[in-house]
Amino acid sequence: MIAVKDLHKGFGDLKVLKGISTTFHPGETSLIIGQSGSGKTVFLKSLIGLHIPESGTISFDGRINTDFTSEAKRVWRQEIGMVFQGSALFDSQTVEENVMFPLKMFTNNSQKEMLDRVNFVLDRVNLTKANKKFPAELSGGMQKRVAIARAIVMNPKYLFCDEPNSGLDPQTAIVIDNLIQEITAEYKIITVINTHDMNSVMEIGEKIVFLKNGLKAWEGTKNEIFKTDNEAIVEFVYSSNLFKKVRQAYLNETK
Amino acid sequence: MNYLEHVGKYCMMLGQVFKTPQRSRVFRDALFKDIEELGHKSLGIIMFISFFIGGVIALQTALNLEDPLIPDTLIGFAAKRSIILEFAPTFCSIILAGKVGSYITSSIGTMRVTEQIDALEVMGINSLNHLVLPKIIATVFFYPFLICLGMILGIFGGWLAGVLSGLFTGTDYIIGIQSDFQPFLLVYAMIKTLVFAFLISTVPSYHGYYVKGGSLAVGKASTQAVVWTTVLIVISNYFLTQMLLT
Repeated sequence: MIAVKDLHKGFGDLKVLKGISTTFHPGETSLIIGQSGSGKTVFLKSLIGLHIPESGTISFDGRINTDFTSEAKRVWRQEIGMVFQGSALFDSQTVEENVMFPLKMFTNNSQKEMLDRVNFVLDRVNLTKANKKFPAELSGGMQKRVAIARAIVMNPKYLFCDEPNSGLDPQTAIVIDNLIQEITAEYKIITVINTHDMNSVMEIGEKIVFLKNGLKAWEGTKNEIFKTDNEAIVEFVYSSNLFKKVRQAYLNETK
Repeated sequence: MNYLEHVGKYCMMLGQVFKTPQRSRVFRDALFKDIEELGHKSLGIIMFISFFIGGVIALQTALNLEDPLIPDTLIGFAAKRSIILEFAPTFCSIILAGKVGSYITSSIGTMRVTEQIDALEVMGINSLNHLVLPKIIATVFFYPFLICLGMILGIFGGWLAGVLSGLFTGTDYIIGIQSDFQPFLLVYAMIKTLVFAFLISTVPSYHGYYVKGGSLAVGKASTQAVVWTTVLIVISNYFLTQMLLT
């Protein structure tokens, strides 16, 4: 379990996170949502250790990340998989080399063992016959799949995704969402996704944390989001007419 | 940010760079790649420029020494000294600062703005050590060979220019380059080359690694990196000459 307790983070005079507490559980896909500037990215970067919190704690299965020794931190880093917004694939490496990179860095496996593992994860993300291609030769959806493959190649305990659907068409976005959810359930990973995409919220939001102005304004599931009367989340999620109608239809149906 | 802050940040960067690589096989691959990118791919431009500048140095020396009291062998002697002392180590390094420096800044800067460096950090990799150390080793070990090649081709270019123009004979030129040979001058040139190679790899890496913004910022950082590397080469050239030759 990841337990976040009273997390504060700022940059100079700007306070971005103002005391966030929440938990994330294995096998559960958790979504962080909120308007631009609400602190989602800073929150995610604090979780993965790219930002050091000013106060508060983040514990990973009881281990507080700011208390790690350098060796413990090294081990913890290897338990983390991260899918970046722009995929962050290494331009100069092929798909195969990108996915193999963490294995080369952190295991003593032979080339054949590494290649078998790479092919397995690429197959798992439904990306075959692209091993020798460079990232620039792939579509946005394929790049995301490679990024997911690289993130899970080390069998991580924690998977973090920053806007995994940005720049993708709705169909591909749903495929990526479902893929992440399947992998989360299959490997009992703790998955935390930062997103703006309301389709993702409705599709895979087993737990949703809504941030507003650096504070946790609401927390619940995709089913609860229909029934909630929390003004902030209703205003945010149902900002489009389509979603307003969907919500109304759902409420009428469940009356 | 003032200059002192930059110097401090640069020194702290070097502190992270000079650590034992986490994986020797990954480091070896990166080193060979950087030798190819930063060294091998610079061979053509260095050979081309050295050859023609050597020719120009010899021709200009010959044209400025048209005095019957001055022997023609002095042309070869002066060309050799100019090429070994200044042209090959300094001029070639400034060219490399432009070519290689902009490549290093733009490649590392692009990695920064596209979150590839963040990806390395999240994996628990010392990104500075992983990205910059192979570049330093590649340049420091390869550039002396490159500069030696520049010296040889520069001197050869001078000989050919003289022979083709008829301003001096090949024999006089060869006697000139053989006269008063001081091995320390080569040592001096190599010391300068090593210092310049270090600057060419680290200053652009600094500018690329700490870039903030998007592609425009990467472009600006590349320009700044080339300017600062050139400035530092010129300044260190002065101090090294002062220390080693006076």
